[in-house]
Amino acid sequence: MALRTPLHAAHLRHGARMVEFAGWDMPVQYAGLIEEHEAVRGAVGLFDVSHMGEVVFRGPRALAALQAIFTNDLSRVADGQAQYGCLCRENGGIVDDVVIYRRSAEDLLVCVNAANRQKDFEWLKSHASGADVRNESDDWAQVALQGPKALAVLKKLTATDLDAIKTYRHAPGTVAGITCLIARTGYTGEDGFELFCPAAQAEKLWDALMAAGKPEGIQPAGLGCRDTLRLEMAYRLYGSDMDDDASPLEAGLAWVVKFDKGDFIGRAALQKQKEQGLSRKLVGFQLTEPGIARHGHPVVHDGRAVGVVTSGTRSPSLKTSIGLAYVPPALAAEGSALAVEIRGKPVAAVVVKTPFLSRKGS
Amino acid sequence: MTIPDDLKYTKDHEWARPKGARVLVGITDFAQDQLGDVVFVELPAVGDEVKKGESFGVVESTKAVSELFAPISGKVVEVNDPLVEAPENINEDPYEEGWMIAIEPSDPKELTELLDAKAYKAHVDEQG
Repeated sequence: MALRTPLHAAHLRHGARMVEFAGWDMPVQYAGLIEEHEAVRGAVGLFDVSHMGEVVFRGPRALAALQAIFTNDLSRVADGQAQYGCLCRENGGIVDDVVIYRRSAEDLLVCVNAANRQKDFEWLKSHASGADVRNESDDWAQVALQGPKALAVLKKLTATDLDAIKTYRHAPGTVAGITCLIARTGYTGEDGFELFCPAAQAEKLWDALMAAGKPEGIQPAGLGCRDTLRLEMAYRLYGSDMDDDASPLEAGLAWVVKFDKGDFIGRAALQKQKEQGLSRKLVGFQLTEPGIARHGHPVVHDGRAVGVVTSGTRSPSLKTSIGLAYVPPALAAEGSALAVEIRGKPVAAVVVKTPFLSRKGS
Repeated sequence: MTIPDDLKYTKDHEWARPKGARVLVGITDFAQDQLGDVVFVELPAVGDEVKKGESFGVVESTKAVSELFAPISGKVVEVNDPLVEAPENINEDPYEEGWMIAIEPSDPKELTELLDAKAYKAHVDEQG
């Protein structure tokens, strides 16, 4: 039996089609994927992301402990800021990609992927280095209010100065009378907020947001459009685009690896990989012939399999077929001609710049 | 969900509509609803032979790929080409604008082996 978030009943009420994702019974769509996608790009959508996990590091050793296992540099962010990065193994393979919310040097919340909740907690716990590490995943619900109208909707429900919470910043606050962590983060490429609230308050918060957003045309948004929205931005999805065998350098996440910050798990292996050169790189591509590339399709060049598609979809915003694939570095440059083998037939593709879709501020 | 009385159906959720010497083929309302927004369709060419129960094409929604199975055997005599540019017609009007191919049957008897509306409805209810 799949796990249920505190918002399960709300999804059924909204007529969601439910699917199992990472062990969770989650809404894949309500009104329809494309309609929801367009609502988020054009107005505002509300996602249940309570399946994500929350692990909290507390105490005088909290910051140092995380610095020793996180590829990005938490000393460069102020209290009230968030930072994206990877947890790596000694060999450089990615345990997970996470967002860390620094509330203070002694209180940091690590938001982890649903599929990795247990794996991450065990990994983090075993590298606690004297910090107090707690798995608070079951205590929290999380909703993502995303889209150009998200700010206007949330303003109706809170006295917190939202304009002061810039992108990738966060603050404690009250929304519709419910104590939340209000974070200006997301996974869609749009402006928006992720609200962490106590699990028992989730449905009340959801209903308040849906009601407040009615004039703006708010729509409940499912995992289906969450995937097309993130892929248009070329945001990586753990489990599809990377796993324990991929390094952040291969996955195109070198920008979150800070070699100069001091030692961290995986640093030596990544340094070596950087010096010796990569054998594969994750790139964005667009099909130039009809078709849709999917996870697992081979990438071919000169009649030879040279790589693999990790994510692919028809982009609802661009009306083109886009995807991410691992290819040899020699074929990773923008403009490189490739083919994706779809049902045994090569379909022409070209490596393109990412994000596929340009947004304000991105 | 609509299941027109005058059509024949497969358990794979295709419909067949005899029209003169030809049979039009598409997917059912149930099938399009299950798929979600259809964004790509791959159909055979005019002149291709299709065989009952075998794949004659593919429909893809943003999330899923689904093969199309021929309800009867025969020669493809017309293809609904506008679907390639407007695959959403399959969602919006699966029984009319969303038709996919016209087949000239090689064995008209095969039509009588398909499900009628009542039997198809029972089949869908079982799945639901």
